[in-house]
Amino acid sequence: MSERILHRFPGGLHPAQHKAESNGTPIRQARLQGLLVLPLKQHIGNPAQPVVAVGERVRRHQLLGRADGFVSAPIHAPTSGTIVAIEERPVAHPSGLSAPCIVLEPDGLDEAMQAFDPWPDFRAIAPILLRERVREAGVVGLGGAVFPSAVKLAGRPGIPIHTVVLNGAECEPYITCDDRLMRERAGEVLCGGQILMHMVGASKCLVGVEDNKPEAIAALHAAASELDDPRIEIVAIPTVYPSGAEKQLIYVLTGERISREMRATERGFLGHNVATAAAVYRAVVLGEPLTRRIVTLTGSGMQHKGNWEVPLGMLACDLIAQAGGYTPDVARLILGGPMMGFALCSDEVPLTKAANCLLALAAHDVPVDPLPLPCIRCGRCAESCPVELQPQQLLWDAKAGDFERAEKQDSLFECIECGICAVVCPSHIPLVQYFRYAKTEIWQREREKNKAAQAKERFEARNARLEREKREREEMLASRRAQLAAQKAEGETASAAVDEKQKAIQAALERVKARKAALQASAEDTPSTTTVAEAKEYDND
Amino acid sequence: MLTAILVFTLLALVLGALLGYAGQAFRVEGDPLADKIDALLPQTQCGQCGYPGCRPYAEAIAEGRADINRCPPGGEATIKALADLLGVEPKPLDAEVGEEKPKRVAWIDEQLCIGCTLCIQACPVDAIVGAPKLMHTVIVEECTGCELCVAPCPVDCIHMVPLKIELDHWRWPNPEQRREIAEGASSVHVPSKPLEQHV
Ligand code: SF4
Ligand code: SF4
Ligand code: SF4
Ligand code: SF4
Repeated sequence: MSERILHRFPGGLHPAQHKAESNGTPIRQARLQGLLVLPLKQHIGNPAQPVVAVGERVRRHQLLGRADGFVSAPIHAPTSGTIVAIEERPVAHPSGLSAPCIVLEPDGLDEAMQAFDPWPDFRAIAPILLRERVREAGVVGLGGAVFPSAVKLAGRPGIPIHTVVLNGAECEPYITCDDRLMRERAGEVLCGGQILMHMVGASKCLVGVEDNKPEAIAALHAAASELDDPRIEIVAIPTVYPSGAEKQLIYVLTGERISREMRATERGFLGHNVATAAAVYRAVVLGEPLTRRIVTLTGSGMQHKGNWEVPLGMLACDLIAQAGGYTPDVARLILGGPMMGFALCSDEVPLTKAANCLLALAAHDVPVDPLPLPCIRCGRCAESCPVELQPQQLLWDAKAGDFERAEKQDSLFECIECGICAVVCPSHIPLVQYFRYAKTEIWQREREKNKAAQAKERFEARNARLEREKREREEMLASRRAQLAAQKAEGETASAAVDEKQKAIQAALERVKARKAALQASAEDTPSTTTVAEAKEYDND
Repeated sequence: MLTAILVFTLLALVLGALLGYAGQAFRVEGDPLADKIDALLPQTQCGQCGYPGCRPYAEAIAEGRADINRCPPGGEATIKALADLLGVEPKPLDAEVGEEKPKRVAWIDEQLCIGCTLCIQACPVDAIVGAPKLMHTVIVEECTGCELCVAPCPVDCIHMVPLKIELDHWRWPNPEQRREIAEGASSVHVPSKPLEQHV
């Protein structure tokens, strides 16, 4: 295999890795414990619509909520049991708010049903059916973005996909769930890659893995030689955060720069996380919906670190308790990694398709947030930004409330919230927090604007309706009045007709009288021609 | 060459004249300034400004009959936007018209509602549905929170309640304000269980 020339994206960071703490032990299966709380929304898009009722008994892999619309995903039962509630429960979100969830009480039997036909010979199946399968199995991006995979697979009409990029970079510190997956189930990952290639008609599959995971790379190579598929290429890439961001990874692997306005699919690349590829494999070859995922437990605040495969809906506190609990000096629990994750307000929240890591930090590891100093315009944030934004300018926009400029001129929405700018800032300015704030603020204003427009429309429609009703009432009254008048007038019409006749007679009489007088006059004046001539002249005037 | 120049000059003249005529003949009626002002108002249609709706208030501002600080639902943000548009200094909300309050929506206690339809008649955006003698309900998505339905209700069964924050509509706090809150207090999030055990 010829050496692939790798590329280096601008900016980036080399944070402390902390990977060895959790990647040394095999993936363990979490025991079912307590209730499973399944949020209807574990993906980008519309929440699923429940198709089960409270009190209903369900089996493993049974559909609990169907996808609502194109950008949505269904959810399935991770085990057998009874639906005990469909209600709002606290979910893993920076706000600590609640969201609608289906609550399942496991019965311990774990009785399964075959959700779909297994298709071991996926090459014989039409791509469109495979795509439908991926959709029905509830597969979403498991790298943390949770975008419905089938939507991405639908691609852009008229733009063929030439390369499938499997993302095994796992660039964020502490997280090792993809590392363990690639070591232990490399075959599933690569077969998922083959299915994806078949689905979109791609001729190449690049698997990008950071070179800090030699065991995973070796396992992938072994699996690839077993498959003997020349289209698959395993590529070890340098360890630089955030090489796992989609556009950055594609650039590293191919040198293709995808401009800010474009999506990868528009340039013929289909990027999927390695765990997503494995889920695609299970959905197609085994006919299993997505009901489990691998979660890393790690950090100085966690007694035992490692990776667990958990049923979706399991509460974080139950998993942590099962794994040995916290250390006495735990101070903060983060969902995700230290760079892009967020602190949880409570650990009594369910683990969803998005939950890749629970990071518990002991007090001495919690970064102290020193009071930010003013920006000194040193430019370090701009040098390190992998998207080549101007964070100091965006900061200025956000502080001044100039969201329009932030969005239109300074490309706020290109920011991938990698958090590097905030890490390198010598003034300790929490830049990325300003950008998150500005983004949600812009969305809120958009909503308010829409609502105002809607209210205005309804107000005007109502006024027009009131106006019309008033006019109609007036018209009705007017016609009623006219009718009454007509009725009254009817009696008088007869006498009026008589009058008319008399008038006509009168007029006729007068005309006759006038003619007689004229005749008399002409009889007297006939000899005088001058008069006639004069009269004629007068007539002509 | 000469003909070409002549032809184009003629064409330019004729088209110019046509454009000029069209500009006169098809002039859009209405007041563009009032439109711009109206676009900045929150469209709550509550009448707190002293005008029967946002549009009349916008017209009054455009004609210089009203000041820019009379819309409580819009609050400071609207005053600032109006000041920017009109090139004047922003000023605080006129205390006479009320104060800026968090967004709320009407909620009808359906147990008490007698179906008199008075609230339907009061609502400027038709956000209440119901038939005579049947209970009435507020369509939350349409309600602007103008409070005009509260007073007419003969059994006082309409209450203004805070708008529930949807997860999707949640906003990250402004770091500036967060710092103010955090000063003095610890900003560290602690998981619930260890909190009980160890702190
Ligand atoms: S958080 Fe946004 S602005 Fe900051 S470095 Fe990352 S991409 Fe650039
Ligand atoms: S790194 Fe910090 S101080 Fe330097 S320019 Fe960026 S925001 Fe300003
Ligand atoms: S106070 Fe504001 S929201 Fe209410 S009617 Fe007047 S302009 Fe509209
Ligand atoms: S329901 Fe009441 S508060 Fe809401 S818009 Fe209608 S009148 Fe105003």
